Amino acid sequence: MRGIRAGDAAIGLLVATLGLIGLIQAAGATDDEIYVFGLSLLTFAVVFDFGLLKRHFDTVGQWPEDGYNETIVKKFLIAAVFWAVVAFLMGVVLAAQLSWPALNLGISFTNFGRLRPVHTSAAIFAFGGSALFSTSFYVVQRTCRARLFGGETLANFIFWGYQFFIVMAALSYVMGFSQGQEYAEPEWHLDLFLTLIWVLYALVFIGTVVKRQEPHIYVANWFYMGFILTIAVLHIGNNIAMPVSFFTAKSYNIASGVQNAMIQWWYGHNAVGFFLTAGFLGMMYYFIPKAAGRPIYSYRLSIVHFWSLIFMYIWAGPHHLHYTALPDWTQNLGMAFSVMLWMPSWGGMINGLMTLSGAWDKLRTDPGLRFSVTAVGFYGMSTFEGPVMSIRPVNALSHYTDWGIGHVHSGTLGWVAFISFGAIYYLVPALWKRTGLYSVRLASWHYWIATLGIVLYITSMWVAGIMQGLMWRAYDAFGFLQYSFAESVSAVHPFYVIRLTGGVCFLIGALIMVYNLIRTARGTATETTVGFVPVPAGE
Amino acid sequence: MFIRHETLERNAFLFIVFTVLVIAIGGLVEVIPLFTIETTVEHVTGVRPYSPLEARGRDIYVREGCYVCHSQMIRALRDEVERYGHYSIAAESMYDHPFQWGSKRIGPDLARVGGKYSNDWHYAHLTNAQSVVPESLMPHYAFLAHTPLEQNDLTARLKAQRTVGVPYTDDMIANAGADLRAQADPAADTAALLKRYPKAVAVPGNGQYVTEMDALVAYLQVLGTMVDFADPANEKLHQ
Repeated sequence: MRGIRAGDAAIGLLVATLGLIGLIQAAGATDDEIYVFGLSLLTFAVVFDFGLLKRHFDTVGQWPEDGYNETIVKKFLIAAVFWAVVAFLMGVVLAAQLSWPALNLGISFTNFGRLRPVHTSAAIFAFGGSALFSTSFYVVQRTCRARLFGGETLANFIFWGYQFFIVMAALSYVMGFSQGQEYAEPEWHLDLFLTLIWVLYALVFIGTVVKRQEPHIYVANWFYMGFILTIAVLHIGNNIAMPVSFFTAKSYNIASGVQNAMIQWWYGHNAVGFFLTAGFLGMMYYFIPKAAGRPIYSYRLSIVHFWSLIFMYIWAGPHHLHYTALPDWTQNLGMAFSVMLWMPSWGGMINGLMTLSGAWDKLRTDPGLRFSVTAVGFYGMSTFEGPVMSIRPVNALSHYTDWGIGHVHSGTLGWVAFISFGAIYYLVPALWKRTGLYSVRLASWHYWIATLGIVLYITSMWVAGIMQGLMWRAYDAFGFLQYSFAESVSAVHPFYVIRLTGGVCFLIGALIMVYNLIRTARGTATETTVGFVPVPAGE
Repeated sequence: MFIRHETLERNAFLFIVFTVLVIAIGGLVEVIPLFTIETTVEHVTGVRPYSPLEARGRDIYVREGCYVCHSQMIRALRDEVERYGHYSIAAESMYDHPFQWGSKRIGPDLARVGGKYSNDWHYAHLTNAQSVVPESLMPHYAFLAHTPLEQNDLTARLKAQRTVGVPYTDDMIANAGADLRAQADPAADTAALLKRYPKAVAVPGNGQYVTEMDALVAYLQVLGTMVDFADPANEKLHQ
């Protein structure tokens, strides 16, 4: 019989401390957000520690913790699927509000300005983040042939802590608390909480890499590590703010004006570059070779891909600020690196696609692989479109228009969501020990309906965006501006409705996936043993 | 110096150190000089901290996520200058924590919306945008007109902004409450307010209490009006 393990006790104590902080904050709160947050944090801590104690007494002496920790992978996978549906649903709601503004309802909680960050956070951090947690924990254990570092309790805390952060962040936006910086809306107290979770995530991931039984660190793990480390740096760098008080959620960022703009887009563009690209490239480098049954096309290309990508991405932020009050030298530097970034991006795309050499026939039979490969195609398309849009004269037309929205969604729907769907369709049968999916046909339906949705989405946004850009700069025969702003608003209405249709298709596809996955997980188990030699005692 | 990549692949510590070095370079090169190169933010006259009512209006602007549909950055392009006014300069947002330049125009740019419309127009527009602009996609913000403006933490908010670099004087902070009420009351004497905050626009208010909409309108009415571009002292704008 083992006593309570030191690690678990430390986590229990940490969580209890958080609960105490929550209690103090709730007691002294001078606004609703801190009051709600404090009480929720306290509740979270009580429930988590109660669960921890219960589990301890229920399972004294029988915590083998052998093999891989697949429970945590499953948990994050379920969360990813859940948040995917929420994110797509929120997107549909927002698209409908832009088509028919009466749907804003005129209530503070339901207005576009407050719901928009709910959609972006649900898509990027909740769905994308959970998918990254899930796959990174799966991949790192297998490619290192080591059980997840830090034990079950730490992994569990990361899971519940991250979900807690997501729910609290969404709630805070709806209640009217926002830092007012895109993709970095959570206020200081949530930022601090996320920092804690992220540091623990880094600890678990890197700890697993360190105790690996393979001599080499596999390429997918380079990308995951690059993503985890850089997001930590970006998150901290962009969120240094002065709270009004310890008992108020409102804060003011340390930087202002032009410096704040540069730091924000250093963060914002690399949220794309590292959260939505490097992390998901990690997914690509594991699941495509795995599903195709072929090795990575070029090992040398992976090395060049990784280092050039992470080096160049970080410079690209200023292309969000062309012709603004940001100095020209910074804008030009940003543009130059954005254009150069095309090369490592396409190097990665080629590496992913060419891995299919000799296995292209699997696209007909494996819908998961079809998702992954289409994702790489969309990745190639968006990473060509991005450099084009970063060229100053092109940006003069495209910036502030819906072209940007279309570009983002060809990346997020086409690349991020599709590569995740590919991984999810691979993982669910693998984790729940099934021979295959419940229905390949339904997965195929999901594929086509979602692809149709993306095509509707991005083409309508191209037309709307270029039209806006052209209307804003159109002059009549007398040299006056030809259109009022309001005319450009009514002109894009049909394309907003088409975009909504595209979003609905994507959502329907996701719901088909949910049904298919539930049926797969519930089906009869097919016994396969986990191919892993348990770590010897004392490890 | 030539390192075999295998060395990095076999050593997690080295790998992490290299990764952090590689990702640090770009950010450092682009961000640090913006704090040190003196011409980054122009030296112009007229830019002042927001008055207490404007500052609270700005908080509401941030809270409601106005920046997701409205930019506050007129680019140095002919059509933008003709549509919205003089292109925005860095000095105009030097006290903006956070900046609200935005990235998308579902509605028009607001960098110089101050003084373009009457107070009455703004109240009507915020209450029901379609009543004055039928094509508008803007949600209704009628609830702001019924919500009393929270003033308890007013000085704490100004002090927090002073900590991050907004030059609020002790005088400004001591008189914050009085200045706020004076700006939302047409009967009030605004001499002291205007001395501390030149060009502040008084808003009518509802005669009973200061509302969130009063604050937001006061903020909108000052946007882009602080710098007088006709003033010869401000002629030498350069980056």
